[in-house]
Amino acid sequence: MNGYSFIQSTMQGFARAFAKALQSEQAASENGLLQALDPRVRVVGILMMVISVIMYRRLEIIAAMLMLAVVIAVLSRVSMASLAKRVWLVVLGFTGLIALPALFLTPGEPLFAVPWAHAVISVQGLKAAALLVLRVETAATLTTVLVLCTQWAHILKALRSMRLPAEIVTMLAMTHRYIFLLIETANQMFESRQSRTVGTLDGSEQRKMTARTAGVLLGKSIELSHEVYLAMLSRGFHGEVYLLTDFRLHAADYVAITIFAVASGMAIWVGR
Amino acid sequence: MPPTFKVDEISFNYDGIAAIRDLSLQIEQGERIALLGANGSGKSTLLRILDALHFPSSGVVTFCEQPLTQERLQNQAHFLDFRRRVSLVFQNPDVQLFNPTVFDELAYGPLQLRWRREEIIRRVDETLAAMNLSHLRDRAPYRLSGGEKKRVALASVLVLDPEVLLLDEPTAALDPKSQSQIIDLIQQWKGTAKTVVAATHQLDIVEDIADRVIVLEEGKLIATGAPAEILSNGELLLRANLIHAHRHAHGGVMHSHPHVHGHGHHDHEH
Repeated sequence: MNGYSFIQSTMQGFARAFAKALQSEQAASENGLLQALDPRVRVVGILMMVISVIMYRRLEIIAAMLMLAVVIAVLSRVSMASLAKRVWLVVLGFTGLIALPALFLTPGEPLFAVPWAHAVISVQGLKAAALLVLRVETAATLTTVLVLCTQWAHILKALRSMRLPAEIVTMLAMTHRYIFLLIETANQMFESRQSRTVGTLDGSEQRKMTARTAGVLLGKSIELSHEVYLAMLSRGFHGEVYLLTDFRLHAADYVAITIFAVASGMAIWVGR
Repeated sequence: MPPTFKVDEISFNYDGIAAIRDLSLQIEQGERIALLGANGSGKSTLLRILDALHFPSSGVVTFCEQPLTQERLQNQAHFLDFRRRVSLVFQNPDVQLFNPTVFDELAYGPLQLRWRREEIIRRVDETLAAMNLSHLRDRAPYRLSGGEKKRVALASVLVLDPEVLLLDEPTAALDPKSQSQIIDLIQQWKGTAKTVVAATHQLDIVEDIADRVIVLEEGKLIATGAPAEILSNGELLLRANLIHAHRHAHGGVMHSHPHVHGHGHHDHEH
């Protein structure tokens, strides 16, 4: 694969990933546990659990929290296959790679030797690596379940109602809205270029072409942002962001937030 | 009754390139106007000037006898009043649809104008129903088809019930059904107090959407008149690049005649 087609296939990969991410909101319309709760309760509850996961060091407590995350996912009708493919395997790959040196470099009681590498894996090293991988797996599972079960708009509104500055919420909304459009544009640019390219370009030409494409894309994104600003101005935007939040808390929401708080608090207490 | 817009010898440049040159025109209340011109003739720029998104480098624009200047619109009361009364639908709906759901898209304008919450919900639901868009209420705008996006973009300004609607290529790149839905809507405003200025280069829709036509060429007004009068002036349309000379042979004899695109067929005398 040459450099040019590598970039093109990466862009296509991004486009597919974003398309999947956008489609994933379909899970938000299922009748499940999380879907039945007010989005603010979902965001705050999951956030509490994620924060608690990074605060304790006992493996069995983190494992219990991962089990709880899986139970929430099942009750919220999230596909286990999709969770395994999107989260567990990816996190295992990336975090496992980062955690690998800890197996050999952490001093402590030897567990077994790796003769060909002239290294010894210690009990403490294995624990440190497992702690890192389990923590990331749990936090990623919890946040993925939240995103899959909640419309992006509702997450934004929930963040806004938690007093996150309006500018940041607008920025998140705009990024989510236009990044897909820009990736699509980049893809079309690569396809159009490819359809007019005969033969194979050498490395230097590929780099020049990629740099030119990046420059054009930057120009297009600046133009697009200016046009969007004009469209906002035309409908009365004058620097302030107003949102129509109509969330209402019910009895189940109070029960749920209490359970989230108690579970996170107990885990911190027991696992400290 | 004062004119809705009075444009007096305005010019506008993009980075030194003239987009509008010494243009003067008047638009009366309730008029339905088609701005005709080829690509780059200044139609979109003129609409943006009328919507106070661009300001002319020279000349004067007034809206209901009040000057339309940057200084005047810095006053928030004037700004919000103008935005409530005048709305622009952009040519590219992707530019205009930046909210997470169709409902939020329609609620955006009223929220900026600080309408009451109940009023916003009522007006948005009414507009969605009137435009047959209720089934898309909770959908994300980027998941809509081209025709749906255009209708949502139109609904997002109609929710404000503006006095003046500026439409930039309202039917461009739409399938026939979506095109006819937009045309039907514009036709409904005939005889009402709503002023409509639609930029287009599609000659086949002009008689349906306009009572008066303004023809632009390279940023200059070259003609204005009733649709039938303008559309029958082949020389004018040829000059404005709205039609082109079509050369072909009949019985071995070459001849040429003006050719209009957009109709299912064309007739000409030999």
